[in-house]
Amino acid sequence: MNVYPFITEILQILLVLAISPAFVGWVRALKCWSQGRTTAGMLQPYRDIMKLFAKDVFLAENASWIFRFTPYLVFGTAVLAGGIIPMLSVDLPLSATADVIVLVALFAIARFFTTLAGMDIGTAFGGMGSSREMTIASLSEPAMLMAIFTISLAARSTSLSQIVQVIYSGQSVLRPSMAFAFLAFVLISLAETGRIPVDNPATHLELTMIHEAMILEYSGRHLALIEWAGMMKLTLFMALGAALFFPWGIDNSGSAAGAFLSLVFLLLKLAAGGVVLVLIETGLAKMRLFRLTEFLGSAFLMATLGMLSFFILE
Amino acid sequence: MEGNFWSLAPWGRGLGEGYFQYSDMNLHIAAQINSFLAALVLLTAFGMLVQKRVYGLIHLFAWQGVFLSLNTAIVGFVAGKHHLYISSVLTLSLKVVLLPYILHVLINRLRIRKEVETIVNIPMTMMIGIALVIFSYHLTAPVRELSNLVTRSTLAVALAVVMIGLLMMITRKHAVTQIIGFLALENGLFFAATSATYGMPLVVELGVALDVLIAAFIFGIFFFHIHTTFDTLDVDQMARLKEGD
Repeated sequence: MNVYPFITEILQILLVLAISPAFVGWVRALKCWSQGRTTAGMLQPYRDIMKLFAKDVFLAENASWIFRFTPYLVFGTAVLAGGIIPMLSVDLPLSATADVIVLVALFAIARFFTTLAGMDIGTAFGGMGSSREMTIASLSEPAMLMAIFTISLAARSTSLSQIVQVIYSGQSVLRPSMAFAFLAFVLISLAETGRIPVDNPATHLELTMIHEAMILEYSGRHLALIEWAGMMKLTLFMALGAALFFPWGIDNSGSAAGAFLSLVFLLLKLAAGGVVLVLIETGLAKMRLFRLTEFLGSAFLMATLGMLSFFILE
Repeated sequence: MEGNFWSLAPWGRGLGEGYFQYSDMNLHIAAQINSFLAALVLLTAFGMLVQKRVYGLIHLFAWQGVFLSLNTAIVGFVAGKHHLYISSVLTLSLKVVLLPYILHVLINRLRIRKEVETIVNIPMTMMIGIALVIFSYHLTAPVRELSNLVTRSTLAVALAVVMIGLLMMITRKHAVTQIIGFLALENGLFFAATSATYGMPLVVELGVALDVLIAAFIFGIFFFHIHTTFDTLDVDQMARLKEGD
């Protein structure tokens, strides 16, 4: 049996764990520069996580097992998702066991438990955040699945490795369905990772926060795990977008040099993706909550148009 | 490779006989660009359907004109029908420059800046729009089977654009947006003509272009009259036109 894919798998999971705080630090630094502020440096997220791990956990009196269990589950699903998305190599053992629909379900499980934990303590903020999160989820998940079905139709498979290989070798660059799916994916990623038109990751203002409202009661290592998982989620969505729409550079030869090369490409893509994200975030203002139906509705529209144009035009 | 386009044209064969897919890579690419532009036209049609601001609507209409004109030029290039270039330039000058300019002037004169009111809410309109695309795909399926033009698959998109223009006219209350809906509908018809039969004869196209231009002027005059009589362009107000109300 070939051991090499397993080594790549482990390396990739470690890589996701290691670079996601740096990626978030990069996005924050870019944002600071774009607004003319001094940055805390790209390493600040690492320091935050270290600090939180060193602190004591302070639990509310009526916290049930759901509240204590959620951080570990959220972190675990993020790590697992990091093993599924092809980043260093196409040939991943975990990628063969789980396709892209499982990936969406993994994110859904994490979200389900986060909302439960938000309501578990019984504070008003937790319940409000959970309610908002579920409103967004109910609109963004159909759109996400629709976008993924469009890509799967074009690649004739729901396995991520297969999709990457097909798009990699595909000669047609101008595919309307892929362009629509990409637009939809960008909109959905902004919603799923709680970035600016949907949610502001830097705010604790009670009227606007969504994700922060749910995790307001967490402290110590629980908060560290949830924050880390959030950073990983952002990195993973970037990596997923890169793998689905710009797969160039991902190794499919199965050699150490190839894996190193895909690491370089991955870092470049992440850096570029961070720039695009900051451009989107500085160009837009946060939306009112009730306008989100239109935002996510247009994501669904794009994804559906992508699927239709696959049948009509291709 | 360039020569292949022209060498096919004088005999009027090639594309019409459907062997381009196998023989010429460039034509394949042209067909791909064609369908990509068709997708963009559809996207702008949907954009107009959901856009709330009048200025945004006009910009989207102008973009639709750009894609339409590019598409016409490419079809003309692929099919070797040179009169399509004239249609393309006509589209560019009328629908991208002149009509949006006229609408801009009108809006500035009449000081319409507030958001456009819709009768049906926007997500619902989107769903109806998607249903219309599926419907037109279904409707044009037999035509697609019969035709062997390179543009045959875009006919469904063209029909969808016509229907979305109609939907826009129905779901908006404001006279200006209804006119933009009408112009979008006309764009769809023009697109349908290019994709179904490689364009109408030049005389017909010139006539249609002139018609649209005259229509735009008449609309402008009507806008002024409606505005001075009712102080608004909301067509709901006109329901009170009856005596004794």
